[in-house]
Amino acid sequence: MMKVSRRGFLKATGLVVIGLVAKPLFDTLSRLELPQLSARLGTLTGKRLAMVINLKACLAKDGCSDCIEACHRIHNVPDFGNPKDEIKWLRTVPYEDAFPELKHEFIAKGLKGLPTLVLCNHCANPPCVQVCPTGATWKREDGIVMQDYHRCIGCRYCIAACPYGSRSFNWRDPVPFIKEINFGFPIRTRGVVEKCNFCEERLAKGLPPACVEACWEKKVLIFGNLEDPNSNIREILHLHYSLQRKPYLGTNPQVYYIIT
Amino acid sequence: MFERALVGSRKYWGLIVVLLAIIGVGFICYLKQLDYGLGITGMSRDVAWGLYIANFTFLVGVAASAVMVVLPYYLHNYKQFGKITILGEFLAVAAVLMTMLFILVDLGQPARVFNMILHPSLRSVMFWDMVVLGGYLLLNIVIGWLTLDAERKGEKPSAWLKPVIFLSMPWAISIHTVTAMLYCGLAARPFWLTALLAPRFLASAFASGPALLILFCLIIKRFTKFDAGKEAIEKVAQIVAYAVTTSVFFLLLEFFTVYYGQLPKHMIHFHYLLFGVEGYTGLVPWMWASLVLACLSLYLLINPGTRRREDFLAAACAAVFASIWIDKGLGLIVPGFIPSPLGEILEYAPTVPEILITLGVWGVGFLVLTVLYKIAVSVKEETAA
Repeated sequence: MMKVSRRGFLKATGLVVIGLVAKPLFDTLSRLELPQLSARLGTLTGKRLAMVINLKACLAKDGCSDCIEACHRIHNVPDFGNPKDEIKWLRTVPYEDAFPELKHEFIAKGLKGLPTLVLCNHCANPPCVQVCPTGATWKREDGIVMQDYHRCIGCRYCIAACPYGSRSFNWRDPVPFIKEINFGFPIRTRGVVEKCNFCEERLAKGLPPACVEACWEKKVLIFGNLEDPNSNIREILHLHYSLQRKPYLGTNPQVYYIIT
Repeated sequence: MFERALVGSRKYWGLIVVLLAIIGVGFICYLKQLDYGLGITGMSRDVAWGLYIANFTFLVGVAASAVMVVLPYYLHNYKQFGKITILGEFLAVAAVLMTMLFILVDLGQPARVFNMILHPSLRSVMFWDMVVLGGYLLLNIVIGWLTLDAERKGEKPSAWLKPVIFLSMPWAISIHTVTAMLYCGLAARPFWLTALLAPRFLASAFASGPALLILFCLIIKRFTKFDAGKEAIEKVAQIVAYAVTTSVFFLLLEFFTVYYGQLPKHMIHFHYLLFGVEGYTGLVPWMWASLVLACLSLYLLINPGTRRREDFLAAACAAVFASIWIDKGLGLIVPGFIPSPLGEILEYAPTVPEILITLGVWGVGFLVLTVLYKIAVSVKEETAA
């Protein structure tokens, strides 16, 4: 009979345990999906929703805020009138703040301080989804990063993890600060996180996102499916030089900016 | 054994009443917070975490530090620590309890906290932090209580307890490592994105926790017949000396990489902390106070003449505690959010209700600690007699 020393037995057991645990643990902790898997999902759903923002065509510099107003009205976003409690799904920030790594002394005149629309980037690799302890935020197969206001425990880990400042927290009861309640969309309670949802409730009805609709004629905002090679959004990205916010973080934002 | 907590001197009951009053005030403020929302605190659109999470982080360190008296006693058979391991373990119990309460008061929807268990997400470090903290609390309650009970009966602790004690040692390291991972895995926050964070946490933990333990030993010696022994306290003081040195060394390493490397997105947060940015200097006096206190404690602890004198040692320990509370509390959490990812600066200062709730949580911790120490010291006094 083969004699197994205690030492040898422990060694073998240890190796087996490591072998069994290492791979699943790595997969669980790793944020990146396996390429084959995501490719397969892609062909199954055939959808990867994205947005292009035409920076210079945007009239925010002339005081236009149609898209922001449409978004906030439809989604019951409150207006507290102070930065401390502020909740913003869609807002403008100076160009240099949206693209801090592109900031230098001699930025082109047309770009310097240019109001730039920012919203949730619906990252292909979203860090907020990775850190959420309850699955209250997740990525749909069509790429929309969703937020469940009823599962969220309000730990704000997702806010810490978002490199774009795209998430807001309900520091207090928002209801008294909503101008006119839209009963077609949930209002939020204090203590939960919210953000842009790419108007998934409108997409389900076959409507474009509210911001895109509000800006329909100016064509500043282009929304579409990147998986469709014949889509308008693909063509625009094909023709123009485009930017993503903080691409070096590996989050792969699905909101692209073009400067024409 | 618990009945020992129900009899005591006037001073003991006086302390209990004071702590209950502090808890009561904190609780009333917490009810207000539940009603109004977390907007009652100084936290804001940009600064998503504040005083609560700062104290949480600091106290995880205090909890982890129990290993610094448990390990020499059980692993190296360093007999002098036999009398104080129980104090370390009970300190860990109270500290872990406080960390959990700080998380709870920081939640926007505390009633939904069980979603962490109902819908666990294994990719979230917060889930793992809950697991290790919960496990550590259980380990220290079981170990502390059973060893004390065995001592009371004049028996040896059950044999099965030994492996549990051994398990508690790496477990102590794990709670602070995982807590560091809450922060140091976030690419969005360059201030925390450093592999040195967990080692820094551990080094500062092994300074602040044992420093607190020394202070408690000195207080207990003054008010009861229980004396931890000069040699034990001196040894813990050496541990604190080494740990503070390591902690400051790590901090300087961090400064070097940030300031010599000159990556703007790293540098700006340290700049905010140390010198202020665009006239915003909210944390600057705090951070410099922390650095000065650290240097003072280094001087008092490294110099054997001062380290061996009880009064200087107490001052040094208080300095260590305060220095690390700042450095690892608000000094660690708040600059992570300032400036915001968009470069905006919204400063943070805790509000009065926020501070009272924080004191309330510390009150709960000290109440539990007082009761546990009362039991432990009573048992020690009986067995010594």
